[in-house]
Amino acid sequence: MTVHQSISDETRPAYNYAYLDEQTKRMIRRALLKAVAIPGYQVPFGSREMPLARGWGTGGIQVTAAIIGPDDTLKVIDQGADDTTNAVSIRRFFERTADARTTEATDEATIIQTRHRIPEAPLKAGQIMVYQVPQPEPLRKLEPHEAETRKMHAWAEYGLMQVKLYENIARFGEVTTTYDYPVMVNGRYVMAPSPIPKFDNPKMQMSPALQLFGAGREKRIYAVPPHTSVRSLDFDDHPFRIQSWEQPCALCGAADSYLDEVVIDDQGGRMFVCSDSHHCETRRAEGHRGAMLADASALHLVEDEAKP
Amino acid sequence: MYVAVKGGEAAILATHDLVAEARRGDENVPELGVAQIREQMGLACGRVMNEGSLYDPDLAALALKQAQGDAIEAAFLMRAYRTTLPRFGSSEPLDTAKMSIRRRVSATYKDLPGGQVLGPTYDYTHRLFDFTLMDQAAPAESPARPATQPLDASMPRVPDILGAEGLMEEEAPPAGDPRPFDLTREPVTFPADRDVRLQAMARGDEGFMLGLGYSVQRGYGNSHPFVGEVRVGEVAVEYVPEELGFAVDLGDVTLTECQMVNQFAGSKEVPPQFTRGYGLSFGHSERKAMSMSLVDRALKAREFGEAATYPAQQDEFVLYHSDNVEAAGFVEHLKLPHYVDFQGELELIRRIRKEREQRLADQQSEALPEAAE
Repeated sequence: MTVHQSISDETRPAYNYAYLDEQTKRMIRRALLKAVAIPGYQVPFGSREMPLARGWGTGGIQVTAAIIGPDDTLKVIDQGADDTTNAVSIRRFFERTADARTTEATDEATIIQTRHRIPEAPLKAGQIMVYQVPQPEPLRKLEPHEAETRKMHAWAEYGLMQVKLYENIARFGEVTTTYDYPVMVNGRYVMAPSPIPKFDNPKMQMSPALQLFGAGREKRIYAVPPHTSVRSLDFDDHPFRIQSWEQPCALCGAADSYLDEVVIDDQGGRMFVCSDSHHCETRRAEGHRGAMLADASALHLVEDEAKP
Repeated sequence: MYVAVKGGEAAILATHDLVAEARRGDENVPELGVAQIREQMGLACGRVMNEGSLYDPDLAALALKQAQGDAIEAAFLMRAYRTTLPRFGSSEPLDTAKMSIRRRVSATYKDLPGGQVLGPTYDYTHRLFDFTLMDQAAPAESPARPATQPLDASMPRVPDILGAEGLMEEEAPPAGDPRPFDLTREPVTFPADRDVRLQAMARGDEGFMLGLGYSVQRGYGNSHPFVGEVRVGEVAVEYVPEELGFAVDLGDVTLTECQMVNQFAGSKEVPPQFTRGYGLSFGHSERKAMSMSLVDRALKAREFGEAATYPAQQDEFVLYHSDNVEAAGFVEHLKLPHYVDFQGELELIRRIRKEREQRLADQQSEALPEAAE
């Protein structure tokens, strides 16, 4: 295997390509293969200590490091945006250690590492989503002991989860889980989709992209192969439903994207903008204009691509 | 106002410069040398080596310097470096009975072969400030004088003395004496074996282990321990290279070992006997080794058929939560943006409140005609 050269100069020892040594990558790839073979099953793996903090994406980083190669184009998002601090930090990590070609364009990326969102633009066959996962165990809040939850998965004993959802409905009239909403994968394993908003859950269903999940601190890897059923748990009389907003994106006018709320003054002023920054920019470049785009670009808060 | 403008990368790079400036502090004050930290902050270096799982006093001192003295950040640096090191083999088991003793105390015997060796300890100091340390110019020579007679060559470990009488729980390596589990290379499964538990505790947070050990003593766990022995000193590390076939001395490490003697009433199969709690740590770190040995005994609850009711007796609780680098990462990740998830919560709570107001309004309007009747 090639020893990575570009970050090593005379004074520094060389790190391997994409930081992890090849034996570790092999161990992670084995775990990934097992995970793909058993969709939704959590595979324990020898998660390495990383130079970034636990809980800050070390699972996703290890998965990406194990699969990335010189031909890949990497996109890293956090909260849907390429420019959030930790996404910048992780992108820099792969630029330094793997000479990664990076992009913000969803359709150009071969690997998309994400925290908390799935891009709005539909994914294609051949693309790989890498999710950063804080808590891989969907049953953990119901049963703290790992020894127990592994048995519950083995027996497909998910009654506890159904009862929890039912109690939500009985008390609040609906399921009050808004993110990390549990899904049933391939009709067998209940899986944590990572803390994406439930708005994104339908995008996982029969996705043509390969979806890999890495939980570094909890030392688990799991996967959803392309074209696999991913159903959000619900009841016949209380079907699963996603978030909706009363207004479109203030910058690009999109009415079908997940919106972030921005507090613009101390008088209760709010604006709602796409959380997927690339989606929003693409739409603005295509000439879509939201109600507050002119104000925002006058204040140089956004680059207004539509302007001549 | 909002992060629609590109600038995250420049801002992140600026934080690196700012932290370097904060680390240096006032430039009129001379900069600390790594050797100064290693020599004069040895206990801090010991803690960083323990929680960083790497015996290297120089790197521990560098880590403390780079981390502005933050022990957990320093341990994190050690671990992130350690994880890149190749493994060329395992050492021979260390023989702590052959330790060159700096300190050795037993609470179970007034005197014993080798005697009580107090060594360097804060135990009998009065915690009064020594304002002479404020001065830069330290006294020229050490006040410590060599003892008039050398220590005994033989310093048997207390549990071995009890073991010879058959009163101590026997401890033998598992069949075939396999290489211990390495929790930094393989995922832990539960219930965890003792090698995994001891390894996790040795790198566990000193404060967390102390709290757990204390909880066992205060009643959250059934423990009646005596310090059989605490010993501190240097032990040789030996390694057998395959091509040589005999042991080579790699050097000495400073270790603290604690063996607690606990009561056990016995069961149908086992006569009443004393049981062991074991603690071992790098450097001079008695608090850590003692806490560890208390929790080690508590975690043996399953083996002795005792009820595992309290946190210190539950291996999942202890192992998952004692790792301070992992814990700090996950607690501090709450600083990362969460506005996508928070927006989901906002949308939900607004909608539920709106529906509730609607429902109350409906109920009120239904109630009004009745009141008129």
